[in-house]
Amino acid sequence: MSIPLSYIARNLWTRRLTTALTAGGLALVVYVFATVLMLDAGLKRTLVTTGEYDNVVAIRKGAETEIQSGINRDQASIIEMHGAVAGGANGERMASKETVVLISLIRRGDHKPSNVIIRGTAVIGLALRPQVKLAEGRMFRAGSTEIIVGSNIASRFEGTRIGGRLRFAQRDWTVVGIFDAGGSGFDSEIWGDVDQLMQSFRRTAYSTMVVRLVDAGLYDRFRADIDTDPRLTNEVKREQVFYSDQSRALSTFITILGMTLSIIFSIGATIGAMITMYASVASRVAEIGTLRALGFKRGSILWAFLAEALLLGLAGGVIGLALASLMQFASFSTVNFQTFADLSFRFVLTPAIGLKTLAFSAVMGVIGGFLPAVRAARLNIVDALRAI
Amino acid sequence: MHSIVEIGNLSKSYRRGGQIVPVLEDLTFDIMAGDFIALMGPSGSGKSTLLNLIAGIDKPDHGTLRVGGIDITALSESELADWRARNVGFIFQFYNLMPVLTAYENIELPLLLTRLSGSERREHVETALAMVGLTDRMAHYPSELSGGQQQRVAIARAIITDPTILVADEPTGDLDRVSAEDVLTLMARLNAELGKTIIMVTHDQHAAQKAHHIRQLDKGVLLSSAA
Repeated sequence: MSIPLSYIARNLWTRRLTTALTAGGLALVVYVFATVLMLDAGLKRTLVTTGEYDNVVAIRKGAETEIQSGINRDQASIIEMHGAVAGGANGERMASKETVVLISLIRRGDHKPSNVIIRGTAVIGLALRPQVKLAEGRMFRAGSTEIIVGSNIASRFEGTRIGGRLRFAQRDWTVVGIFDAGGSGFDSEIWGDVDQLMQSFRRTAYSTMVVRLVDAGLYDRFRADIDTDPRLTNEVKREQVFYSDQSRALSTFITILGMTLSIIFSIGATIGAMITMYASVASRVAEIGTLRALGFKRGSILWAFLAEALLLGLAGGVIGLALASLMQFASFSTVNFQTFADLSFRFVLTPAIGLKTLAFSAVMGVIGGFLPAVRAARLNIVDALRAI
Repeated sequence: MHSIVEIGNLSKSYRRGGQIVPVLEDLTFDIMAGDFIALMGPSGSGKSTLLNLIAGIDKPDHGTLRVGGIDITALSESELADWRARNVGFIFQFYNLMPVLTAYENIELPLLLTRLSGSERREHVETALAMVGLTDRMAHYPSELSGGQQQRVAIARAIITDPTILVADEPTGDLDRVSAEDVLTLMARLNAELGKTIIMVTHDQHAAQKAHHIRQLDKGVLLSSAA
């Protein structure tokens, strides 16, 4: 049996102030690390849940976003009439031809302008997105200048409450409803009648199409047909894949920036842990000598100090994670680098992030404790016993 | 009686500032099983070094050293650690208790290196605590005990594994007269009642009087033996 854990833990407790300061330093790094992972997870979850598994998005070949895409009316009809596209209860095709435009709205609070996606759609567009539900007011009427706004838009931009008026595309638009898209990217959009919006923005082509397939298994065939049809210059993607791809640039940016900061901070925190552990060894030289004299081997001493450093790291990890978990109550808004539109999302703490964060803090502790533990294990017994 | 410690032509030197300083020179003598001997001599005479060699925490330069029939100079560092755990009980001048462990836990520490179960360990520790008269202090930390009580905990820790020899380096050096007397009486009892072989380094003539024999060392050489 090795040196008891109670001895290891109580030594940390005995030096409470030093332990707390070191764990606090580690906790701050862990907080940054966990927050970055939570931000990235929130972004991905928001954009993935924007899509439905059975839905397929058609865009212009090479377009990465809906803003860049264009589908003319002939192409839209060909895609809509494909045999793999499902029919609705009233015989209509389950296909929503949509236009997507960026407009600038004034944010509440700082009164600064920010880009917002406005989506022209129809009733069928709502049917294709069952996660989108009207929370207040009513649906816009076809052929009118009525709009409905996502819950994030309603809470963050001026003039977006029910009855509010927004002026864009040389017209006044009236907000008649607020919808909740279940935390998906649609919560950061404004929806209106597609024909009215195309006319106002002087668009002759749609931006994208969303279709529901008869059977999700027909996707490969549908894609191949769209790819090879000489009349079409379009490509299709599963809706979930399409929206999650849009998180890539922002996700990469968040990850690189966050990890760079975490690594730089972690060097400082690890050095802090190392200093603490060296001090711990220095203050317990005689104890180490005694343990060795009693028959505990170098390996046991090494393990005891590594375990102490590990506990120190985990203490920092738990504190940092607890602090980071509070971020779940906050939401974050930024410009999506791919769509250039404002996107709101929440910090999401998953079990995997919790485990990664604790592993990160444990690694910092162990790296910081390694050299002091080696020093402790290599002490000469006689010299150590003289250190009283 | 048979020899429990056999020392033959034992030498030890240290390197200090590039110079080799001999500490023990060609030492030869035996210690009988059940004996209680006091090693005396001026500072630097080599008595603590000799004690460290017998206890297996230091290695000689030359010579033979058998304890309980085992040539401990031939043991590897790991084997020596195992050997110490089974055969040597240490009593230090400053008690060397773990400050974060209770009296009970300090005494139990050497038993963690054995294969005894938790309940067996408890039984052993309670017996040792009763033997040193500290049953009522088992949950106390060293800082909550007097010097004499701490040394008695250390003695309980030293005997807990029923070692072949007990080595004591100035066991009364940090104690007042009354506490020192208690500790010496306890050691004499362990020797008389349990037959423990005790090798004690001391400067204190009064403490040495409790031993069966006194060995005098001076400049690394054994001077005499007095009963």
